[in-house]
Amino acid sequence: MNLHEYQAKDLLRRHGVKSPAGQLARSSDEAAEAARKLGGTRWAVKAQIHAGLRQDAGGVQFCDTPEAVAAAAAKLLGSRLVTPQTGAKGKLVRSVYVEQAVAYERELYLAALVNRSAGRVALIAAREGGNDIEARLAAAPEQMLSLVIDPETGVTEAEAGRLAGELGLAGAAAEQAVGVMRALDKAFTTFDASLIEINPLAVTAAGDLLALDVKMVLDDNAQFRHADLAALRDEDEIDPAELEAQRYNLNYVHLEGNIGVMVNGAGLALATVDLLKEQGGEPADFMDVRPEATRAQITHGFKLLLRNPAVTAILVNIYGGGILRCDTVAEGIAAACKEAGLNVPLIVRAAGTNGELARKILMSQGIPVTFAQTLAQAAAKVVEAGGRKAA
Amino acid sequence: MAILIDSDTRVICQGFTGAQATYHMERAIAYGTKVVGGVVPGKGGRGHLGLPVFDTVAEAREATGATASAVFVPPRNAAAAIIESIDADIEFMVCVTERVPVLDMVRVKRRLEGSGTRLVGPNSQGIMVPGRCKIGVMPAHLERPGKVGIVSRSASLTSEVIEQISAQRLGQSASIGIGGDPVHGMGFVDCLKLFFADPDTECVVLLGEIGGSDEEEAAAFLAANPAPKPVVAYVAGLHAPTERRMGHAGTVNVFGQGDAAGKIKALRAAGVAIAASPAEIGLTVRQAARA
Repeated sequence: MNLHEYQAKDLLRRHGVKSPAGQLARSSDEAAEAARKLGGTRWAVKAQIHAGLRQDAGGVQFCDTPEAVAAAAAKLLGSRLVTPQTGAKGKLVRSVYVEQAVAYERELYLAALVNRSAGRVALIAAREGGNDIEARLAAAPEQMLSLVIDPETGVTEAEAGRLAGELGLAGAAAEQAVGVMRALDKAFTTFDASLIEINPLAVTAAGDLLALDVKMVLDDNAQFRHADLAALRDEDEIDPAELEAQRYNLNYVHLEGNIGVMVNGAGLALATVDLLKEQGGEPADFMDVRPEATRAQITHGFKLLLRNPAVTAILVNIYGGGILRCDTVAEGIAAACKEAGLNVPLIVRAAGTNGELARKILMSQGIPVTFAQTLAQAAAKVVEAGGRKAA
Repeated sequence: MAILIDSDTRVICQGFTGAQATYHMERAIAYGTKVVGGVVPGKGGRGHLGLPVFDTVAEAREATGATASAVFVPPRNAAAAIIESIDADIEFMVCVTERVPVLDMVRVKRRLEGSGTRLVGPNSQGIMVPGRCKIGVMPAHLERPGKVGIVSRSASLTSEVIEQISAQRLGQSASIGIGGDPVHGMGFVDCLKLFFADPDTECVVLLGEIGGSDEEEAAAFLAANPAPKPVVAYVAGLHAPTERRMGHAGTVNVFGQGDAAGKIKALRAAGVAIAASPAEIGLTVRQAARA
């Protein structure tokens, strides 16, 4: 679950990580009112969307009067912001965060994430923060500082002190950095995060550390123990088809092509998409049916493919396994075709448990299906039926 | 003895009386796995599938001599169940449970350090030694006993590859699902070591996917320790959009690491035969096994 900047800052504040005083606004009047209430002489007006790299796209505006804050908010609210992370259509701005602008001397980078090879949470830090951090660290990995955390102790004073020193901090700033690092670790664990990124983490002349921007992602698998955080979920930020798929327990990612794809299992789904692309096809989606999917869930998933106007052919690749059987999938598809109508070629490859039964079910229900024996045949047939991508 | 398990391995099931566990343990027993009982807190003393049920792993181990466990416990209690088995000195575990919180697995991984327990999973289809035994949820139909060892992050892709390998009239010594989660028990390197040491395995197939660093670690291991047997790999997700979650919790790119092209490049440089297309994995194995 992705959080907005203002939500992430609120959660970090609970653990003592400071950020500039700010307030959410959903209209230009609210924005001006927020600026007056916050006080000060300069404010940042920041579009709240689930995507990074907002500043260069005009999503962060600095203003010197409440009137200018109102004007900036009016311009942002209701507009679509396009950043390198939003896709070409951009994201609709529904709210802005008005924040006191602060003067500072340095910008650091500090994040907590799961280091998979260590199987532990790690802090990642760099002496210079900023928008290009990922590219810079990829080009110069020696600039990336890392602290892998023992889950039984958490970040210790000594470890955090060492990392603060490596960041070039001393005195009050180093002391605050130790607090921020330990708080970040605590917040990560408390909220079951999978990523918390503070970029930049500003150092003021007085040695205060302030989180100027925060990106936070929570682990969906741990939501059962965080009923209090459920309200932070912003469904407006999720693709409507993907949101519907989530309700039916399907992993669905909307893509830009024309071949609708339904596969069981992420690895096989990735492989199927790879093969389609190699044969000149363009997948319209990535849909991974989970092993315990029910017939009804499959019907809903298949209707998502049928409803996508870009789809000119559909490929179903099911390897019936220990849990999911091909006949369950066939019954789900047949029901979807009956309810919503099938107007595009459908290619089905049903292998493994009850594959033969699946073919019988689809044929006996009169669904016009082209069957394929192997993955390669299935991919070739659907690309043929749906057409290759425009040259 | 095959790797990790054999038809003599005494297996218990945690979460034994649940629907999924019942279904799969019945099939495991029919396949030849020596299932000796189950553990369900609060249901000790009952029977299930003609086998005894215990309240704790320690009691089950004491009474049955079990050395392996299959974990079918729901996500919220899965980590506690695994840790209970680590504390009871169970030697080998398969955790089938999907959607275990990643920080729970961080705690489990810490407890595994220095213990005598090996874990595959979570989100694993388990392990199968064709014709002899299996622990997990993998289907049994197209596998054949033979000399190809398979280690995989994905269950359905493993079925696909078993079909392709069997179509080449080659069989499998064992197939292991290490699971697709970001933090998990045994990795590719652990399994490569076992297959290399196994006299019944002549060729190893590694099925990877985008995200994480298991493939890169396998490549580094093979670069430093030349493989005594041919290794074939396929890495899924070459054409997946970056920065998106594609099914598994483990397949998210962070910092540009873990993309398929990088993994393939590293594996190829380490002497691994790469299957260019997912439709050609069986063929690549046939060619490598012959070479």
